[in-house]
Amino acid sequence: MDKTEIIEKIHYFLVDEFEVEEDDLTPEAHLKETLELDSLDFVDLVVAVESSFSVKLVGDDFKGVVLLQDFYDLIERKIS
Amino acid sequence: MKRVVITGMGIYSCIGKNLQEVKESLYNGTSGIVYDEKRKDFGFRSCFTGQVAPPELKKLLSRRERVSMGEEAQYAYVSTLEALEQAKVSQDYLNKNEVGILFGNDSTAKSVIESIDVIREKKDTTLVGSGAIFKAMNSTVTMNLSTIFKLTGVNFTISAACASGSHAIGMGYQLIKAGMQEMVICGGAQELNMLAVASFDGLGVFATDQRDAAKASRPFDKDRNGLIPSGGAATLILESYESAIERGATILGEIVGYGFSSNGEHISTPNVEGPSRAMRKALNQASMKPEEIDYVNAHATSTPVGDANEAKAIFEVFGPKGPHVSSTKSMTGHECWMAGASEVVYSMLMMQHSFVAPNINLENPDEDSEKLNLVKKTLDKKIDVFLSNSFGFGGTNSALVIKKLQ
Repeated sequence: MDKTEIIEKIHYFLVDEFEVEEDDLTPEAHLKETLELDSLDFVDLVVAVESSFSVKLVGDDFKGVVLLQDFYDLIERKIS
Repeated sequence: MKRVVITGMGIYSCIGKNLQEVKESLYNGTSGIVYDEKRKDFGFRSCFTGQVAPPELKKLLSRRERVSMGEEAQYAYVSTLEALEQAKVSQDYLNKNEVGILFGNDSTAKSVIESIDVIREKKDTTLVGSGAIFKAMNSTVTMNLSTIFKLTGVNFTISAACASGSHAIGMGYQLIKAGMQEMVICGGAQELNMLAVASFDGLGVFATDQRDAAKASRPFDKDRNGLIPSGGAATLILESYESAIERGATILGEIVGYGFSSNGEHISTPNVEGPSRAMRKALNQASMKPEEIDYVNAHATSTPVGDANEAKAIFEVFGPKGPHVSSTKSMTGHECWMAGASEVVYSMLMMQHSFVAPNINLENPDEDSEKLNLVKKTLDKKIDVFLSNSFGFGGTNSALVIKKLQ
C-alpha cells in the first residue's frame, strides 16, 4: 500500500466515521485541537485502523502522535 | 412539604412518536403490535412485538454523543427533547439551574451482547470501541442524558423491573416534595429488540395465540394468553409548584400520591396483597378516598395470573362501584421498564383531553375482571384524578396518584 492510499483511507474514516470536516484534513492538522479528537476518540481510531489496515495499535503507539502527519507516519510504519 | 407538578411530557412509543400521534392512537384504540418473523428463526415461541423506528439523531447530536447511546438512550433523548420543549425548559435554563434526572431502565442486553461478540471474534477488548461501556451499563440513559443536557442535579437510574419508570417518577416526586430538588427529569426507557426479551419469552409468558398481532394483547379478557413485549421511552418534567409558577410554565397535573410495596413472595408470580397495599398507600398519601379516583390505568399485561390478581386487588381497594379501568397495554404491549412512565403520559393525555382510552380486545371479561368498571370502547369523560399501577418481577409494586391542578 503506498502513501497516497494510506492517506486516502485515513481521510475516508475520519470524514465518514469521525465526522471531521474534509477541509481540516491537512498534514499539519492537530489531532486534538484542529480535528477535536478526544481521548475516547483515540480508542475508536484503534478500531478504525484495525478495520481499514488490519493492524492493531496499542496506546503506546500514539506517543508522539500530535499532528495528522504523525498519524500517517505511524500507520505507514505499522504496515510496512 | 412542597407540591409537585408536571409541566412537560414526551413520548416515543409503538403507538406514536410524539404526544399528538400517541393521543390519536389512544383515542382511536390503535394497536402498535407487529409480527416479527426473525424471532421465529431465532427460537422464540411468540413473535409479536411493539415496533418503533430508530430515531434519526445525526443532525441533533455529535458523533461523540451518539456513540455512547444504545437504543434505550436514543429513545429517551427524543422523548426528553419533547418534554423539555413542552415545559419550555431551555438549555440555558438547564445550564443555570440544578436540574436532576431519574430514569427507569433495567437492561442493555443488545449493547452487552454485541460488544462481547466483537471481543470474542477479535480477541481484543479495545476493538469494541469507546462507546461500548457507556451503552452497556444499566445507567446508560441517565449517564448519556445528564451529559448531553449538562444536568447538575440528582443523577441515577432506577432498576425495578416493569415498575422502573413508575418508581423513577415516585422518587423524583419525593425529592421535590422534600425540597431537595426543584426540577427533575423523570422517565422510563426500554430497548426494543429480540435479544432483550429472548429469555423472557422462554418463560412462556408471551402471547401464545399467533394469529393476529393487533388482537394478541388482551388484558382482562377471558381468552388472554400472554403479554407482548414492547418499548421506547417516556419523559416527564417534574418540578415544584413554586418553580412552575415562577417560570410561568403551564401546569399539566399534580402528583399527590406515590405508594410502593414489595410482595415478599414469588420472583415472577404476582399476588393481590402487595399491589393493593401500594394503591392504598398512594391514596393515603394523596389524602383521597377510593371514590375520588376517576380512572385507573391498570398494569395488566395480558397474562392469566397477573391480570386476575390485579383485578382482585383493584376490586379490593375500590369496591363494586369503582372507577373506570383500562390497560393501555392492550394497544402498546408491555413496555416493561418504560411502562410506568409511559402509562402516566398516556393517562395524562386522557386527563388533558377528557377521554378514557379503551382496553381493546376485551371481548369477554373473566370472573375477576367482570367486577371492574372496564372500558372497552373509548369513553368521552372528564378525568380529574387518576391512579396508575405498575408491578414488576421480584414483587415490586408502584402506584401513582395524579390530579388536575385545582
